Amino acid sequence: MATISPRLALVAGALALGLSSGANADATASMLANTCAGCHGTLGQSAGPASPIIAGINQIVFVDMMEGYKSGDIYSTIMGRIAKGYTEEEIEKMAAFFNSQEFQPAQQDYDKALVDQGAKLHDKYCENCHAEGGIPLRDPDTGEDAEDFYLLAGQWTPYLEFTMSDFREDRREIPKKMRSKLDDLLEKDGDAGLAAVFAFYASQQ
Amino acid sequence: MKINRRDFVKVAGAATAVGLVGAPHLAFGATQKVVIVGGGTGGATAAKYIKMADSSIDVTVIEPNKEYITCYLSNEVLGGDRAFDTLKVSYDGLKALGVNVVHDTASGIDAEKKVVKTAGGTEFGYDRCIVAPGVQILYDKVEGYSEEAAQKAPHAWKAGEQTLILRKQLEDMADGGVVVISAPANPFRCPPGPYERASQIAHYFKANKPKSKVIILDSKQAFSKQALFTQAWERLYGFGTDDSLIEWRPGPDAAVSLVKVDEMMVETGFGDEIKADVINIIPPQRAGEIAQTAGLADDSGWCPVEAISFESKLQKGIHVIGDACIAGAMPKSGYAANSQAKVAAAAVVAMLKGEEPGTPSYVNTCYSIVGTDYGISVAGVYRMSADGSTIDSVEGSGGVTPIDAPDWAHAREVQYAYSWYKNIVKDSFG
Repeated sequence: MATISPRLALVAGALALGLSSGANADATASMLANTCAGCHGTLGQSAGPASPIIAGINQIVFVDMMEGYKSGDIYSTIMGRIAKGYTEEEIEKMAAFFNSQEFQPAQQDYDKALVDQGAKLHDKYCENCHAEGGIPLRDPDTGEDAEDFYLLAGQWTPYLEFTMSDFREDRREIPKKMRSKLDDLLEKDGDAGLAAVFAFYASQQ
Repeated sequence: MKINRRDFVKVAGAATAVGLVGAPHLAFGATQKVVIVGGGTGGATAAKYIKMADSSIDVTVIEPNKEYITCYLSNEVLGGDRAFDTLKVSYDGLKALGVNVVHDTASGIDAEKKVVKTAGGTEFGYDRCIVAPGVQILYDKVEGYSEEAAQKAPHAWKAGEQTLILRKQLEDMADGGVVVISAPANPFRCPPGPYERASQIAHYFKANKPKSKVIILDSKQAFSKQALFTQAWERLYGFGTDDSLIEWRPGPDAAVSLVKVDEMMVETGFGDEIKADVINIIPPQRAGEIAQTAGLADDSGWCPVEAISFESKLQKGIHVIGDACIAGAMPKSGYAANSQAKVAAAAVVAMLKGEEPGTPSYVNTCYSIVGTDYGISVAGVYRMSADGSTIDSVEGSGGVTPIDAPDWAHAREVQYAYSWYKNIVKDSFG
């Protein structure tokens, strides 16, 4: 499986080896995952707009982000405090649960005039890693993820804006390639360019 | 193996449809019946999650009110930033899931015969019952206070008409007025609530009546999120200065022991008499009335339950969730009720099949909005204790917003609070 970053490759390796998967009769995946719904919506389908939809999320990404919140590598206001309450094994169970839910794009307003420009900017700067505009990438035969992905197309814009500001302010580690692509985009098109990319993602309903 | 990207399904549709389609029911006999007393956050969530797990179970919610008015975010109505109507939630979502919503008041529960009786004279038989009655306001714990006095000195601790009375009084009050909030001893519904309320009233005064003041007369010497509230009040409302919009007086000396609504005066345990233009008495509480009537509460006034299932320790076959139950380290909050309801729902579904309840997991997340773009939060993750006797906080997890957080982080917490609101309402009520 291809991975977006070396960081994710490590998580993927651990998941494949089943390093932390025990067979204890602990809380079921749904019991654990349902605790998230008060903020992330029933079955991970967030009514938004600041908390993201996590239905359909890639398992590797889910585990990596939860561990990142736990350690503080990824900034959060509240998620880190909550992530610390779960073991690695519990996080993996939740990852599998949310991955198996259907991602439904957020129904939100966006500036239609920006969408075409946003699509072009996405193709130029983002598509290499965030393939197909950032939709879930499933293998048609198995229905399983064929590649790791971040849910960008159809994700809530305020959440994407918060996340991007964390990347830009070094509150979240930004992969080297992303840093250089982002710098290029900002240099040529500025914050308006970024707003166009967000409008494009929001338009993917 | 390398897979060509173009081979992938390009839509997010391959996921399994767990959704709202329940597993086929295994019982051979008559339909299993669950009766839920109380259609607040806990009761509604339990109904929804039982239906999600097994749509063949017959679920009835008995709730007197035609629509629910959320207590959470109702302090924003007092502050003037939120319209009262935005707190209203309909029961249509539950009905669409096949839940039978009956607008009546449960008057008694016969745990032997497994029957819930209502004031309207109907009897509902059940296989398992869930009781989620919220809190009962104990008017007589404050001398001079009563349901009638609450028309003049509102508690506003159940959102609704009381919220509107208090808001109107704040609007009618002249600049330079004094508002007294009487905060009760623990435990009570929504531990940060009185302090968020003081913040919201100060927020309103700051823009509209800057010579006015909120005095919190507390029964306690410390309160929820205290350091964060104090810091916010210093930053926003001049707390600690002569011109502060908020003053906090700790218990036990400051506890309100007597209220004279005709004279608009309260007296503290220490004997101080304080005249006020608006008096908000938040009295002590206990588990909702039906919990008392049905023998579910102990001497504390609250309901002891099994941590694994929320089944009453006093009455078999009846589960108690939300503010009414004794839930170890969990606070009495909307999110806690929602989380407990899911544990109870899973336990009820398992027990109806003759299975043991599975290992529970619980969470609380609660926001307080203390001013413009200024939110603070508390979160907790909980597990059943090793011996199964209670609910403990998971070590190293949870806690409050870091002190000295930057302005943008507090602004972000307000946005999360609003998202939280949308999600918890939808997650609970369908």
